[in-house]
Parts: sequence; structure tokens; C-alpha cells
Amino acid sequence: MLFWVIVKVGIRSLMANKLRSLLAMLGIVIGVAAVIAMLAIGAGAKKQILSRIMAMGSNLLIIRPAQNQSRGVMSGTQQTLTVADAEAIAAQCEKLGIKAVAPVVSGQAQIKYLSRNTRTSVTGSSLTYLPIRAFEVETGRCFTDPEADSARRVAVIGPVTAQNLFGFNDPLNETIKIKGINFTVIGVLKAKGDQGWFNPDDQAIIPLSIAMKQMFGLDYLREIDIQAQDGKDLSVLEGEVRALLKKRHRIPETGTADFEVRNQADRIRELTDTARTFTFLLGGIASISLLVGGIGIMNIMLVTVTERTREIGVRMAIGAKRSNIRTQFLIESMIISGLGGLIGTTLGVATARLIDWLSREHPTLCPFPASVDPSSILLSVAFSAIVGVFFGWYPSRRAAAMDPVEALRYE
Amino acid sequence: MIIEARSLTKVYELGGQTVRALDGLDVDVAEGEMLAITGPSGSGKSTLMQVIGCLDRVDGGTYKLAGEDVATLGEDRLAEIRNQRIGFVFQTFNLLPRLNALENVELPLLYAGLSHAKDRAAAALDVVGLRDRMHHAPNQMSGGQRQRVAVARALITDPAILLADEPTGNLDSKTGEEIMALFKSLNAQGRTIIIVTHEPDIAAYCRRQIHLRDGRIVQRPGTSDAPGRI
Repeated sequence: MLFWVIVKVGIRSLMANKLRSLLAMLGIVIGVAAVIAMLAIGAGAKKQILSRIMAMGSNLLIIRPAQNQSRGVMSGTQQTLTVADAEAIAAQCEKLGIKAVAPVVSGQAQIKYLSRNTRTSVTGSSLTYLPIRAFEVETGRCFTDPEADSARRVAVIGPVTAQNLFGFNDPLNETIKIKGINFTVIGVLKAKGDQGWFNPDDQAIIPLSIAMKQMFGLDYLREIDIQAQDGKDLSVLEGEVRALLKKRHRIPETGTADFEVRNQADRIRELTDTARTFTFLLGGIASISLLVGGIGIMNIMLVTVTERTREIGVRMAIGAKRSNIRTQFLIESMIISGLGGLIGTTLGVATARLIDWLSREHPTLCPFPASVDPSSILLSVAFSAIVGVFFGWYPSRRAAAMDPVEALRYE
Repeated sequence: MIIEARSLTKVYELGGQTVRALDGLDVDVAEGEMLAITGPSGSGKSTLMQVIGCLDRVDGGTYKLAGEDVATLGEDRLAEIRNQRIGFVFQTFNLLPRLNALENVELPLLYAGLSHAKDRAAAALDVVGLRDRMHHAPNQMSGGQRQRVAVARALITDPAILLADEPTGNLDSKTGEEIMALFKSLNAQGRTIIIVTHEPDIAAYCRRQIHLRDGRIVQRPGTSDAPGRI
């Protein structure tokens, strides 16, 4: 009963000084909006990083030859990974908890179709490559095991490559020349989107043996992709694969490996850690503005308390306890900060939406998507309420500590 | 005796000087009395009023309100006493400007934690003849109407004592007479009323008058009251 009257009186006294209340609120509005928008950008960046990594395939270990190093100078890659290595790993699939293994070679090559041509990356691999790297075939099909084994000249091309060569014509069953060798297009990949450092949509995938023997003339692999079974710990698998390869390459267990293993889990952890640091930094800066907003509220509340000294005296004379007075001013400061928090939340969500829209429509203007985490709304609304209590505390204590006689005499 | 005060002392430091606002003052007030406290400004009459109203504490002496020694009571209990047993009427009315008449009158009941506050407040406004003005804000009312709202607010918790500090000081004489007539009728219903005033006309409404000078009750010609009369 008394509570609602206090709320009503609080709202009325805020309404009586609209501009002042609005300005006091503005600090909180901006603070909360900034916190929500910044956390949304952080969350969006994290999501983007994760989706990019997932676009590479999930649960991945990528084995590459190590860099040649003599006296601290890198000098090309060692030629150590062989198809036999990949087969040896594949032979242990069951035991090690591996879902699939793909030996990979790649290089740049000119692709021609009639008078059109484009330079793009050509990947030679087995048919396990597509599922491991999370590629899907949009139209047509992937090559089959017999095709890969018999070195049939078939190619699956990315949608960008298809666009470059064929325009809007159907590329299926057309013959293209890759480095002067004829290939039949049997499938087009589903678009993944440019990943920044590499565009997976612009490439041609051909059977491994053709790529090695006829196209690039290689005896060695560029990488071996391994996909672990769900639930298999990637770092355990990494250790097992390392041991296996070292043994095959006759390197002692303590020796330096002539290959390196990239663990996707580590990469994800690394990148999400970066994203988290980034989020903390942005959120931290934004919460400083929330703090400044709180100081603004305190300032206004101190002015209000002084202005209403006489009212406080009257209330005490008619029977208000000190706690009643304290509650009244606390509630008023909480109304300011709570309302500010609400408006700020709306503004912050709207800003995040705008940023997200910009990142989709005009990626050059704004490279990061934004995604509002419901918990960040809860967090900042709770934080703004706490700001209200914290910065309202001192002014309301001052109001409650007044001497009624002095207060009644105040002009 | 509803009020028993013995050798009340209240000392202020004012600009390095010690002012004895109350200087060993004795006063008793019986239930149902209508008492005027008069005296020049600085005589301590407002201080006495604040002490009686439990807004202020004395530095020396004892003050018993309805047999209870006020000095032993805590802040919250004093607030309760101001709420339940004492009604204040001020010279400047002291209505809260952002509340309408009804809400002003209702306020003491809300601090008392009582329900049906609205109905009782409306009834109290009826008693002072302002039922049709209850939704008006103080600044929409005349001085006399505001003071009547203040009286209604003072009476809403049915206090034993009504304390009025220069209640007619900001009113014209006709309105002042109306307010005094209101006090008179409230006194006739058995309410103890204490009025602080420096106007003899107003004091004349009261059967008993005490005159203060330098924090003490002094004898004045033409009045029946003597210092410390029981």
C-alpha cells in the first residue's frame, strides 16, 4: 500500500522535472545500450569464428609436412607425408576412434571451358574429403571410390568456379580443361561463403591419383585430414597419430617431428579466447559509461534531496520513520535507473540488430555480425538496478538522517 | 495529565553564543484543554512546541507524554507517537505540493500502515468541509482551504493532541476566525489543543494561556496562569 504510494509519488516528482530526470536517465540509457550492443558484437564475432571453423569441418586434425628450417630460416616444406602414411592411419581407424581420413594434394591451376578460363585452386583427394571438410554437393554427384581408384578424369567444382566458367549454363557433364587435361564436371558444391583467407567456393576437386601423377607430378601429400569420431578427445588422438607417424618416419619419440598437426579444438579454443577477451574489453569500456550514468543519478538525487528538505521534515512530522524516507528516495533512484535500463535495453537491442543487418547487407561497413544473448539483457538490467540502489544509497541516507526540526525550518 | 514537563532545558549554540531556548520550564496540560502559548519571537515557544510534538529532544528535564518518558524512546517509536498521538498544523500549511488534498490527508494513515486510508481521508475532509475539493492540488486552493486540509491531515489518525504553530499567521482575519472556530469545535469534542501564537486575539480563543519569555513561563497581568501551575 505505502509502497505503491511511494512509487506514485516518485514518478510524479520525476515527471515534475522532466528534463532533469531525462538527463539523469540518459547516462544509464547509454550505458546499458552500450553494454548490450558491445556484448552482442562480441557474441556475434564468436559465432562467426565458430561457424567459419565449422565450415572447415568439425573434429578435425590436419597433418602437414613441417617447414624446413636451417639456422632459423624457413626454406620450403619437407616432403615427408605419403599416401602410405594416410593408409596406415586409415588402417587404425577403429582403434583410434577416427571417422575418416583424406589424403590431400593441392595447387593452383588454369581451368578452361571453351573460350573462358579462370585460375583457381585444385584439390586432389579421395571421396572422404568432402564429408570431412563439410562440403555438400548442390547439383550432380561426388566421385565414387572406383572413379577415384581408376583415376577417372572427373571433377567437382565450387559454385564460384562454375559461375566463372559457365555463367548461368548448366556445367554438369561438360568437359573442362584443367592444366590442359580434360575433365568431366560431375558435380557442383553447395556455397559456404567466403571465409576471408580462403574461398572454398572457388576450387575444383579431382581424384587424388590424377592430381598427384598427372597434374602436379607429386609423390608427397600436402596434408592428411583426419576427422575424429564424436566424443573422441582431439588432443588424445593427436598424440596417438603423432606417435604413429613418428614411428613410421623412424623418428625417436623425443625427436623433432618432420610434420605438424593442427588440432581444430585448440584452434577453436584459441579463437574463442580471443573473442572472449575482445568481448570483455568492449563490455568493460561500456560498463564504464554505466558507472558514469550512476554518478549522474547520484548527483540528481542529491539535488532532489536538498530541494525537498522541507517535504522530508513534513513527512517526519506526520509520522514517517527514517526508514520510510530512505525507502522513498531509494525507490525514486531505482525508478530512474530501472526506466533508464529498460529504455537502454530497447536501444541496445535495436543497435545490435542494426549492426547485424549492416554486417549482412554491407559487410565492408561493418565486418562483425551481432547477436544479442538474452543473458546479456538480464545482466545489464540487473546491473542498472544495482547502480540505482548503489548510487541512490548515499542520497537517501542523507535524506533519512535529516533533523526534522531543521528540515521543517528549511526555506 | 496528558503532558507533564519538568524543568525542560534546551540549549543552542548560535554563532558562538549559547542560547537557552528552554530554561528550566515546567508545564502540565490536562486532557481536553485548549491552551495558548504566547510570547515574543525567540522566547522559546516554537522550541517548546517541537519538544511537546516529539520532533526535538530536550537537553535536560523530563517530559512525559501520557505517562511515558519520551527521553527513553527510540527514533522509530517517536515517529509512531508523532503519527498516532500528535497532529501538527503549521503556519505555512506544509502540504506536499505534488499530492492532492485527499492524498495529503491520507499520508499519515499510510505511514501507520492502515488500510481503507482513502475512505477515512475522505471522511476527514468532510469534517473540515472540503469534501468537494478532495482531488484538488494544494496550489488550486485558498489559504484557508489549505489550512483546513492540514487540520484534516492532523486529525486523520485521531491523535490525542493537536499542536498548531501560528495556524492563522498566513491567513486573513476572517479565515483565521474560521480556523479558530474549527479548533474550538474540535476542543468541544474533547481534543486537547495547543496553539502557539503571538496574536492576543487568537490566544483569546483559549481558556488557558501561558506566556513565555527567555525560555521560561512568566506571569502576565490579566491572565490566571502562573509558572508551573498545576
